[in-house]
Amino acid sequence: MNEYLDLLGLPFMQRALIAAIFTGLAAPAVGTYLVQRRLALMGDGIGHVAVTGVALGLLTGASPTWTAVVVAALGAVLIEVIRERGHANGDVALALLFYGGLAGGVLITGLAGQSGARLQQYLFGSITTISVGDVVVTMALAAVVVLICVGLSPQLFAVAQDQEFARVAGLNVRVYNLLVAVLAAVSVTVAMRTVGLLLVSALMVVPVATAQQLSRSFRTTLAAAMLLGTLASVGGLLLSAYASFHARVAPGPTIVLLALAGFVVAWPLGVWLRSRRRLRQPFPVVEAAVHQTIGEHPHQHGVDCGHVAVPHGDHVDYVHDGHRHAEHGRHYDEH
Amino acid sequence: MSDPVIHLADGAVAIAGRPILRHIDLTVPAGEFLALMGANGSGKSTLVRALTGLHPLASGSLTLFGTPFHRFRDWRRIGFVPQRGGATSGVPASVWEVVASGRLTRRRPLRPLGRADRRAIADALDVVGLARRAHESVSTLSGGQQQRVLIARALAGEPELFFLDEPTAGVDLPNQQILADTLQTLSDRGATIVLVAHELGPMAPLIDRAVVMRDGRIAYDGPPLASEQVATAHLDLHDYGHHHPEPERHDHAPHIASPIEGPLEAER
Repeated sequence: MNEYLDLLGLPFMQRALIAAIFTGLAAPAVGTYLVQRRLALMGDGIGHVAVTGVALGLLTGASPTWTAVVVAALGAVLIEVIRERGHANGDVALALLFYGGLAGGVLITGLAGQSGARLQQYLFGSITTISVGDVVVTMALAAVVVLICVGLSPQLFAVAQDQEFARVAGLNVRVYNLLVAVLAAVSVTVAMRTVGLLLVSALMVVPVATAQQLSRSFRTTLAAAMLLGTLASVGGLLLSAYASFHARVAPGPTIVLLALAGFVVAWPLGVWLRSRRRLRQPFPVVEAAVHQTIGEHPHQHGVDCGHVAVPHGDHVDYVHDGHRHAEHGRHYDEH
Repeated sequence: MSDPVIHLADGAVAIAGRPILRHIDLTVPAGEFLALMGANGSGKSTLVRALTGLHPLASGSLTLFGTPFHRFRDWRRIGFVPQRGGATSGVPASVWEVVASGRLTRRRPLRPLGRADRRAIADALDVVGLARRAHESVSTLSGGQQQRVLIARALAGEPELFFLDEPTAGVDLPNQQILADTLQTLSDRGATIVLVAHELGPMAPLIDRAVVMRDGRIAYDGPPLASEQVATAHLDLHDYGHHHPEPERHDHAPHIASPIEGPLEAER
């Protein structure tokens, strides 16, 4: 245990922790808006495009982080333009960019004379090799993403919820759409060092999917997703550091698997809560056609009788075996 | 305030190069309750979308509240209720949140909700009778209730002019009655209402004037009609020459388009 604490005290580990916190906050914040637009895979598409950006950085000697930001933002804008001008939801546009980005990246890395191992740092993350400069850039970009996602949340929510209404409400829908696309690109590059470009989308989408199992409103979903994202990325990093004494455990996949584990726990809970709520929805009040009474009823319904009690107008129906029994004086009515 | 709320002169709309609406003249004075009627594909929804700027006019001139449309920025005076389907999305949203987004016509970015905003949202929820369900997720509501949420959203912006695109489509009769009561309240408050409807149902007694669309043109404009008259309204009007009955064409081939192609949306 002592050597674990020593490990956490090392500078590279502290840099990694800071990067994990900021990435965990920023990625699900944008991810919420992507999921709301049913574009959960957009982060993945941008991640693939960013591979080309990283490769361009390796080729030209410029910082791969910045070339990735630029190329990913261009790719995101392109996806958005194709989506707006084209038909339906643009999954074809995503596919085109997926393969173009990945193929271009691998090709250019080869041209640059770099090994696949160098590219792999970006594909699957290498949070423990992050430099001081990278940490500062990560913090700054993540802070911008979080501030915009939270500060402009009423506008971004309205645009993602109903574009036509937003346009008639006088919002510049195109600007907000492009803003979300660029924010997604920025958070992809921010998360690139943490979980890697191929796993980025997981950190953007999985915490949102987990949060919406239990939430009923947009704001709680957004807040819970950011919290879960941070827990997953920090927890995953600590877990992989702890496990590293016994085996070679990469932080990136650990973070993603931890986030998925959260979903696996929340999902059955969500299913149970939703079915429970559905069963207790009040029955509609309709004029009863016939008055059907039940002669003998051996059971006395009540608050704790174990049968589902559903409000029905001014009284309560008790549901059992496909019947709805309502108390009426001394006997029960079939409703 | 002698300006009509809506004035469209010789308006035309083309979608993907095909003329859909032609020669539309429509003037709506303040406080009127107008029903836009007609069969599916007659262009009534397209007309509302043109009046709200969602479809650009190919020709003609549109004035809202006396301001030419290209200079119109007073979006807070307009409340738009789109066809149902806009209420749910990929992430849960509470009824209150959806209604609150109707306040965006009056809020500046990065400002928190003020007291007036909260009062307007609560009032809008009250009018449609969903105040008690404000914190439930929209997706758990029935179709008719979701439609009421969308009306409350438009209502929250306290507009003077409402556009409602088929609010009663697929809504059961009790919910239609609640919608009608809501519109009655709005109309009594002095709002101008443009209602797109296939059938009026319980709304019929509220209508001041009916406009019947047929094949992208106005076929009838006058006092309210009984629903069985709508289908034959164009026969009473001799201004547009004679009509040849057109066979209905249905395109059963699935639509395949490249993603680079321009917008090709048909009337929804």
